Amino acid sequence: MKQIWAILSGAPDADRVVPPTGFTVWLTVFSAAAMAFLAVFALALSLAAERLSVRWGQELARTSTVRISAPSAQEALQTAAALTVLETTPGVARARALSDAEQEALLAPWFGADLPLDALPIPRLIEVVEAGAGYDAEGLRARLAAEAPGAILDDHTRWRRPLIEAANRLRTIGWVSLLLIMLSMAAMITLAAQSALAANAGVIRTLRLVGARDSYIARAFVHRFTMRAALGAGLGTVLAMGAVAALPTADVAGGFLTGLGFWGASWLLPLLIPPLAGGVGFAATRAAALRALRKMP
Amino acid sequence: MIELHKAGYSYGQDAILRDVSLQLAPGSFHFLTGPSGAGKSTLLKLCYGDLLANTGTVKLLGQDARDLSRDALAKVRQRIGVVHQDCQFLDHLSITQNVALPLAVSGRDVEAEAENLAQLLAWVGLSPRAHALPPELSGGERQRAALARAIIMGPDVILADEPTGNVDWEMSQRLLSLLVELNKMGKTVLIATHDLGLIRAAKAQVSARVLRLAGGSVQLAGADL
Repeated sequence: MKQIWAILSGAPDADRVVPPTGFTVWLTVFSAAAMAFLAVFALALSLAAERLSVRWGQELARTSTVRISAPSAQEALQTAAALTVLETTPGVARARALSDAEQEALLAPWFGADLPLDALPIPRLIEVVEAGAGYDAEGLRARLAAEAPGAILDDHTRWRRPLIEAANRLRTIGWVSLLLIMLSMAAMITLAAQSALAANAGVIRTLRLVGARDSYIARAFVHRFTMRAALGAGLGTVLAMGAVAALPTADVAGGFLTGLGFWGASWLLPLLIPPLAGGVGFAATRAAALRALRKMP
Repeated sequence: MIELHKAGYSYGQDAILRDVSLQLAPGSFHFLTGPSGAGKSTLLKLCYGDLLANTGTVKLLGQDARDLSRDALAKVRQRIGVVHQDCQFLDHLSITQNVALPLAVSGRDVEAEAENLAQLLAWVGLSPRAHALPPELSGGERQRAALARAIIMGPDVILADEPTGNVDWEMSQRLLSLLVELNKMGKTVLIATHDLGLIRAAKAQVSARVLRLAGGSVQLAGADL
């Protein structure tokens, strides 16, 4: 804790003893910025996939459909019978038969707007909205079979599960990407720190000859790389947040990609990336410095 | 203070020091002389823990050098001031900052020591050059700055490796006077040099023991010095 405070407060004495290192400063800052930029998008992807998974799970789990496939003469009768069964089924909040216009609208993307619904043997659809813990699907199927033989209950389980699974995997990929980005940042900072330590072998020798402990020497490098990683990550995060904010909205384009973004309080999450990058820089440089100093004669 | 008992050191197969026994008592003044390549710098490095003896034992301020951890060695070095032959400055820091380096690395408040630092620079005659960078100094000024850095922590022992190697006669006399003055303050001094003139000049000012390093071992030098 004391050392972290020393890093944040500047550790000016330790930092000054190592000479400035020119272009490697900008390489470290640039790499950290690039990694943070990618990290923001990985975070946005994870959050979007999570929202999708939750939405699909909630929406699809609470609705189901009953199809009435009966000869046209019996369709109205069986529809009414099915509605009566549904209205008296515990766990069903409401059920209603879709109108011809609604059914046409559903089929329009595939068959066009001027679909002659009367001329086609299209089953009547009943939308069922569940209440509380939902209904007993097997019991409902049995009752429908008895009262309306042409009624088929589709509770969406068959295709809901793979969709939710896909969204969950996408979310996992997003978090794994975030982790890989942070590990890459740690590897990059470790390499840069090792290079700086090797380039300053003479300085390190002088410091040791005048009585410097390894922790003091390490602090000079740790402070430098922590600040560079945090600064670069700050720049990358700001740019990426701007890019995310500039993505088209769902109203304009529609589809999954338009959901890639942050909403409400989730805009605060990317702001954790710069301090996290600073933490990664601190840990990676400290480990690299102490390891390198142990090996130096 | 510093004690070597049958200490030996080899660079690969070449044994440069063999069975060297030496004791630097508190307040004593020693010269270590011998031809170039005799091992004077190596012996000095054993005395501040920069090298570890291959054989025998070396005790630094009462502790076996082999048993010292890195941190413990750092503490010992804060009590042994060394004037290195090549000065070992950080070229991007000013002379004041270089002289203050032992204070900074030991965690002392350099700002609070500013007055002592200024007095020390005045004592070695470097006040006008306090803000210069090491490459801007002459050989004599660098050696005096190195001496100032060696004593800033108030060490018990001062080791100097060819402190007058790159300076003229007048400057070497000035450096010698500073070291003699420190010895009179109670500091133990060991100077490695091949400058016999310097040794003769010192013997007129201080009771110094002269050791000759030849063939890997140390002998007390004769009265011809």
